[in-house]
Amino acid sequence: MSSSDTAPLRVIDLNAYYGTRQAVADVTMSFAPNAVTALMGPSGCGKTTILRCLNRIHEIAPGAYARGQVLLDGEDVYESHISVIELRRRVGMVFQRANPFPTLSILGNVTAGLSRNVPSSEKMRVAEKALRSAALWDEVKDKLQKPATALSGGQQQRLCIARALAVEPEVLLMDEPTSSLDPISTLSIEELMTALADEYAIVVVTHNMQQAARVSDYSAFMLADEHGVGRLIEMDETTKIFTKPSDRRTEDYITGRFG
Amino acid sequence: MATARPARATDPVKFRHAVSFAGAAVTAACASLGAIALLVILGYVALQGFRAINVAFLTQLPVPVGEPGGGVANGIVGTLVTVGVAVLIATPLGLLSGLFLALFGRGWFPEAVRFLSDVLSGIPSIAIGLFAYTLLVAPFRHFSALSASFAFALLMLPLILRTSEEAVRSVPRAIREGALALGLSEFASTMRIVLPAARPAIITGLLLAIARVTGETAPLLFTAFGSQFWELNPTQPMAQLPLQVFTYAISPYQSWHQQAWAGALLLILAVLVLNVLARLVLSPKAQR
Repeated sequence: MSSSDTAPLRVIDLNAYYGTRQAVADVTMSFAPNAVTALMGPSGCGKTTILRCLNRIHEIAPGAYARGQVLLDGEDVYESHISVIELRRRVGMVFQRANPFPTLSILGNVTAGLSRNVPSSEKMRVAEKALRSAALWDEVKDKLQKPATALSGGQQQRLCIARALAVEPEVLLMDEPTSSLDPISTLSIEELMTALADEYAIVVVTHNMQQAARVSDYSAFMLADEHGVGRLIEMDETTKIFTKPSDRRTEDYITGRFG
Repeated sequence: MATARPARATDPVKFRHAVSFAGAAVTAACASLGAIALLVILGYVALQGFRAINVAFLTQLPVPVGEPGGGVANGIVGTLVTVGVAVLIATPLGLLSGLFLALFGRGWFPEAVRFLSDVLSGIPSIAIGLFAYTLLVAPFRHFSALSASFAFALLMLPLILRTSEEAVRSVPRAIREGALALGLSEFASTMRIVLPAARPAIITGLLLAIARVTGETAPLLFTAFGSQFWELNPTQPMAQLPLQVFTYAISPYQSWHQQAWAGALLLILAVLVLNVLARLVLSPKAQR
């Protein structure tokens, strides 16, 4: 938390709503550069909602909105001149279930976020770099024109990571990226997260505590209050959260007493 | 007394089985009746029609009664032109309306559009033809293929609109979110990602809409009107295959009856082909 001044992404007093229902209240947290930050907590604690506010994808659901500040390099993404489009290019996202674009090839998926004016040789270069970063290049380099849907589940998820990396974001959001994958694929995605943290700030939502312990440098623990509104309980270095948490409820959760 | 249980005890079970069997048999019979009716119609038309279908029938103009030979080439071409123009009118309108309903489909206005479209799809085709007549024939004092295309477009519009809406809606939300999360604009994500994913279902809807109007006759009576000659100018009265079938069928001449059967067979085959195509487009293999 000492890095909060230099953090590329910070959230201040964030409140998020779905219509009249409040999902998250008064959350303040910051995400360190070159580190993996895990948002954890039981289902319905608002962790995914927080993540979706960071790239303003939250508000595309009918009636959904947020109040408070999300600061990207010190600029409020809800107030400043940063357009939603620019924001989403700087803050990439990987979803719970791999969602490759079904009509596009593997190559088409990786380059889907690039401008149409980018020459194809440049697209190829970017695609190779992104696929290498996502540890997928060797598996797909001979079948770039094949449909993305022909890949396995784990490969599809790495393709979605490559697709997000291809637009060269500063932050990568991952919403339970391994929850629909088998253990082997999960391991490869986790290794990837650790490697990608050298270059990006990574925020990962998980309700798998072992995963949070394995991959993250910082952890935030969230819980829904008696009204079902998600609140941040505490946030600290992952080792501290898992060895001597300062809140009783965090300890109960990580020792498996509920959730 | 337990050993002297009455034999009736098992009867209710047998009775239930019998009722169940009878029920299944009745529903199966009803289902086959529908299928059989279709097959009988197809078979009878094919039997009657194939006798009169030949190269001349497909390539020549109609000839006066008494002369041998002759065909409905002008009617085939006329129907293709009329339906083609209708597709050109109805497709962009229906597709864009469907897109609007799928993307911004909440509130009173989209609901009203949906309701009116459903009503429109239920209006008898003869009423649509009358409307086209009032709007595009009466003021100009002459019939035209264009007015028939307009009537056809009105018949197709609600079908294309609702199938397009459904097609776009059926694209998983995760796909659209994935596109937006990459920093694509609403427009780019719709055009590049969502619409292509919905394309097979949209094309299917379009093919079914074409099949729906291809055999339509009533609106043609006072719009395209029909013609004995080659006519490719859509502002003129034009021969139409369904109209020729109608004219030939109610005539007292045996040779014309034959041609009516052949024409009817052509129409049925066209609709059949369109339906099969619609299925093929949606098949998993074609999605690749």
